[in-house]
Amino acid sequence: MSVGGFLGQLFAIALALVLAPLLTGWVNQCRAWLQNRSAPPLLQPYYMLHKLFRKDVVLARNASPLFRFAPFAVFGCMLLACAIIPSLSTDLPLAPAADTLALVGVFGLARIFISLAAMDVGTAFGSLGGRREMLVGFLAEPALLMVIFTLALISQSTSVATIVETLAHREIVIYPSLAFAGIAFTFVSLAENARVPVDNPATHLELTMIHEAMILEYSGRHLALIEWAASLKLYAYSCLGLALFFPWGIAERDNFLAMIAAAPLLLIKLGIGGCLLAAIETVNAKMRIFRAPEFLGTAFLLAVLGLLVRLLLEVRA
Amino acid sequence: MNAGVPLSAQLINLFAAVILLLAFAMLAQRRVMPLINLFGLQGLVLAGSTLVVAVTTHQAHLYWSAGLTLLLKAMLLPWILHRLVRKLYVKWDVESLVNVPATMLIGIVLVIVAFNVAQPISLLSHTISRGTLGIALATVMLAFLMMITRTKAIPQVVGFLAMENGLFLAATSATYGMPMVVELGIALDVLVGVIILGVFFFQIRDQFDSLDISHMEHLKDG
Amino acid sequence: MSSLLAIDFLLIAACLWLAVGLWGLAAPRNTRFIAKGLFPLGALIGLGVGVTALDFLGQSAETAILVIGLPTLPFHLRLDNLTAVFALLLGFASVGISIYAAGYFRKGEGAAPGLMCLQYHAFLTSMLMVLLADDAYAFMVAWEVMALSSFFLVTTDHRHEAIRSAGYLYLLIAHVGAIAILLAFGVMTSGSGDYTFAGMRAQELPPFWASAAFLLALVGFGAKAGLVPVHVWLPEAHPAAPSPVSAMMSGVMLKTAIYGLLRVSFDLVGTPLWWWGVVAMAVGLVTALFGVLYATVQSDMKRLLAYSSIENIGLLAVGIGLALIFHSFGMETLAALAMTAVLYHCLAHAGFKSLLFLCTGSVLHATRERSLGKLGGLIHRMPWVAWLALVGIIAGAGLPPLSGFVSEWLLLQAFLFSPGLPHSWLNMVVPVAAAVIALVAALAGFAMVKFYGIIFLGQMREPALKDAHDAGPWERGGLSWLTLLTLLLGVMPSTVIGLLDAATRQLLGTGLAARVRESGWWMLAPISEDRASYQPLIFLVTIVASVLLGRWLVRRLYHGRIRRSRAWDCGFFFEGPRAQDTAEGFSQPIRRIFEPVFRMARHFPTARDDQPYYSVKVEDHFWHWLYLPVARLAERISGLIVRVQGGRIAVYLMYSFLTLIVLLLVARP
Repeated sequence: MSVGGFLGQLFAIALALVLAPLLTGWVNQCRAWLQNRSAPPLLQPYYMLHKLFRKDVVLARNASPLFRFAPFAVFGCMLLACAIIPSLSTDLPLAPAADTLALVGVFGLARIFISLAAMDVGTAFGSLGGRREMLVGFLAEPALLMVIFTLALISQSTSVATIVETLAHREIVIYPSLAFAGIAFTFVSLAENARVPVDNPATHLELTMIHEAMILEYSGRHLALIEWAASLKLYAYSCLGLALFFPWGIAERDNFLAMIAAAPLLLIKLGIGGCLLAAIETVNAKMRIFRAPEFLGTAFLLAVLGLLVRLLLEVRA
Repeated sequence: MNAGVPLSAQLINLFAAVILLLAFAMLAQRRVMPLINLFGLQGLVLAGSTLVVAVTTHQAHLYWSAGLTLLLKAMLLPWILHRLVRKLYVKWDVESLVNVPATMLIGIVLVIVAFNVAQPISLLSHTISRGTLGIALATVMLAFLMMITRTKAIPQVVGFLAMENGLFLAATSATYGMPMVVELGIALDVLVGVIILGVFFFQIRDQFDSLDISHMEHLKDG
Repeated sequence: MSSLLAIDFLLIAACLWLAVGLWGLAAPRNTRFIAKGLFPLGALIGLGVGVTALDFLGQSAETAILVIGLPTLPFHLRLDNLTAVFALLLGFASVGISIYAAGYFRKGEGAAPGLMCLQYHAFLTSMLMVLLADDAYAFMVAWEVMALSSFFLVTTDHRHEAIRSAGYLYLLIAHVGAIAILLAFGVMTSGSGDYTFAGMRAQELPPFWASAAFLLALVGFGAKAGLVPVHVWLPEAHPAAPSPVSAMMSGVMLKTAIYGLLRVSFDLVGTPLWWWGVVAMAVGLVTALFGVLYATVQSDMKRLLAYSSIENIGLLAVGIGLALIFHSFGMETLAALAMTAVLYHCLAHAGFKSLLFLCTGSVLHATRERSLGKLGGLIHRMPWVAWLALVGIIAGAGLPPLSGFVSEWLLLQAFLFSPGLPHSWLNMVVPVAAAVIALVAALAGFAMVKFYGIIFLGQMREPALKDAHDAGPWERGGLSWLTLLTLLLGVMPSTVIGLLDAATRQLLGTGLAARVRESGWWMLAPISEDRASYQPLIFLVTIVASVLLGRWLVRRLYHGRIRRSRAWDCGFFFEGPRAQDTAEGFSQPIRRIFEPVFRMARHFPTARDDQPYYSVKVEDHFWHWLYLPVARLAERISGLIVRVQGGRIAVYLMYSFLTLIVLLLVARP
């Protein structure tokens, strides 16, 4: 482990912590513009986090210690995910700690904690949210795994760093399988981040909520942590998507300068990604919860097709 | 791994993959109009892939068949079907005998079958695009599946036409297209077929007040 | 003592277990002595078994011949590395369960404690003997003793009709399985009359007979393990038994069946054919998916866990199938990867499933309730059990950094290599099967959240739950032991794989240990570091550190004030426990999405009902497709046989006499 790598790791984590709320703010801003509303300030998520941290925590009377522990655990999981996913550089000392499969596991762990916390107070909406979250989770996971399988077939590895390095270094070749996997990954990310066709991050209509229903009982610093963790998750998924499907510009091992150069590129990529996300959310309507299986089933199908096409066209051709 | 594969082959593979994707999209589609649009799109992509083969192999007749495909499958047939749907007031949802997710799963199985069946055949061929033979076969099978699982007449016709798309793809990928005469003949057949079917639709609707072909079950003797 | 071999220690342990059991019979009503004296003694012996097996791993096989047995066929015993792995599992799991049982059995519950003690320890002895057996006869004797002793344990509470019928079903299927196993052994001796395993290994069976033996073994051991469609006894018997027994059956006994399957298919029967693997994998996938789907819709906490055990057995079968496929194509490294996943999952499942079953035991004792619909909020009254169960469910959901994830990760890594198979169908179908594994894992998460959330979280659904008490010190001890195992298995995969290596090398000729050791004990990189790696410890440390650091920072920079108030609930007023999801409500999405899988009887309230209610009853399709027709057939056949039955002794004697004469005529040399 080099000093440069260590610094790079710390820098990546700090960058994730700082950039994640900014990304959320940017998406909200884009969406407001696209919907002809006046946009909130770009830094709105920071103001909100600061305000929430200052406020008292109001706990339901029968909230258990698990309820208070869960936000920290979820935040920790997301931070770990952000530390592993190469945003600027593939030279991360923490990267060998988890490959893509373990990354899916980290997200799963966070999901379990937040679902359990949702069930803890024992309200109607909480358990509704927890149940739906697990529903989305078990539908999204197989699709995500098939995406990973396709990528692993191309790069002969499940380690994120190796996949990124393989894909960034290849000559420009059109992989239909990669395109399929990319679309499937987009679908999965939308579902996992409680975005529009599956969930609506801006909703306040109780019966349609998933993510919001789970965190109804949270307040103060706990809510702040959960919101921050949600931003981190969006950031993590965005970076993962960028790293897997648009890996150009991510710095290689032992190259601190390239890493600095990668930062503006990352910002541009995230900016475009945020715009696209806002556009998707504007164009689509939220679907009924029981259409979600079909949506994620389509993602699964795409990923499997990607895998099969890879096996048919690209391995044997 | 993929190093050394020429760009044209990559493009053909990409087009073929998109055709397969569109076949699945058609299988999943619940509405009639988008179904026809998807079919049109499939025709367009097919024309594109034929064009790439034509450019790569410099075969004049392939230009012709690309143009013909574009004209017939991407424009004329969708237009006829659109008109039919509008004339017949049949903008209903497509009803399916098997639910959509199950159809999809069957579809995946069919794709695996098709890929494996086509593999030994494609080894015999020496064209740059032989890998797409499996996809072509899969497209045919998926179209067949669509014809089986749909209860209404228009989706069945679309399925029939999509099957022809698959055959055409197989022809270009395995042998760089059929002789021009055969191709023209098939194109004409398809066109005439659709027109005749269109006439039939009106007859069926007059008879049963519906295009649900399950009514035809009552046409048996006794 | 150095002259004593490891196998002698294990034999002594088996005898000691039996002695402890018999000692219990000496004072059958003295609950205190039996619970606080004998069960801990049993735990100590279990520890001895575990440590002996641990110490043995990596050495060459030891054999022993007992004087008892048939005149020409004394009991042959053999301790090799495969046996040692499972003996390790048996020993260490039994430590936790026995300690727990010391606190669990109380006065006036079920059968006499002395009898229980004998049955329990006979059960342990028989499992150890199954693992040690080296000839078909000894194996079958131990196998039957195991079935019988567990049958008596299941029917401890035999006053309930439901428990009796559960026990009956268990016995029936266990015996159908035993017949299949017996036939498998018969095929493998192929008429040589040599019933020792060494003799079977020496046989070169033609492919047809080898396949027959494998399929028979799959059916026979599958019946014990709970593979679909011979799984129906499992969700009946597990809830019926007392919790330590359920834990023992689910955590350990099912693994003896896996042991048997491994023994037959990789050791005894010779070179496997590739399609055996496909069969095992297909059965495993169906079992896993079936088990997990049914687990999610259960309303009884022990049934939920029982179905979850079916799921895990399915995963094990998939792993065995994959290992068989790789093995038959000569891809030994990958076969070793799959095999390691199987063995690892055996250990992991033994840990967390025993833990969870014991937790249900504590809940059952504290509340006298098994139905999820009448539990809730127990984390407030039973914090020990609740927090330890949390570890169990995270492992059970196959999530990092605990034990369940390691084996799933290994299995998926093995799947990732399947496109390299030299077989055009397999290399397309097998990767897609991995998606089913992912679905199963994710659904397991759903089931586990349901299990935990409904029992321990939320508001108490019944007022009586307020009086629930936490587990006693013995129970806590047992639970903590199993939790510790789950944690260790999760955090130190490389060390554990190093131990399992001896077994995989024995079965496949190659192992993962060399590569795993290269990358250090904290890192798991079975093929190469560039290919895939996983460091659970760093995982755990990072998450724990960020939790602590986050907490400290937030308090430092802001404050730690907390105010208690009513739940917000979006300003609505349905505050009572009835507003929460019921067990049925929680699984509604599953029932809806996977509707064809279940056989459901639902009652919906209508507008005109005086007392509207909603009920849903989920049944197993297999009952109606397979078991009831078979039962009807059996009844019809016995109806025919009734005609032969006259009731007069003379007639019966005549039947015997005629049989004798016919036999004499036939058997005349």
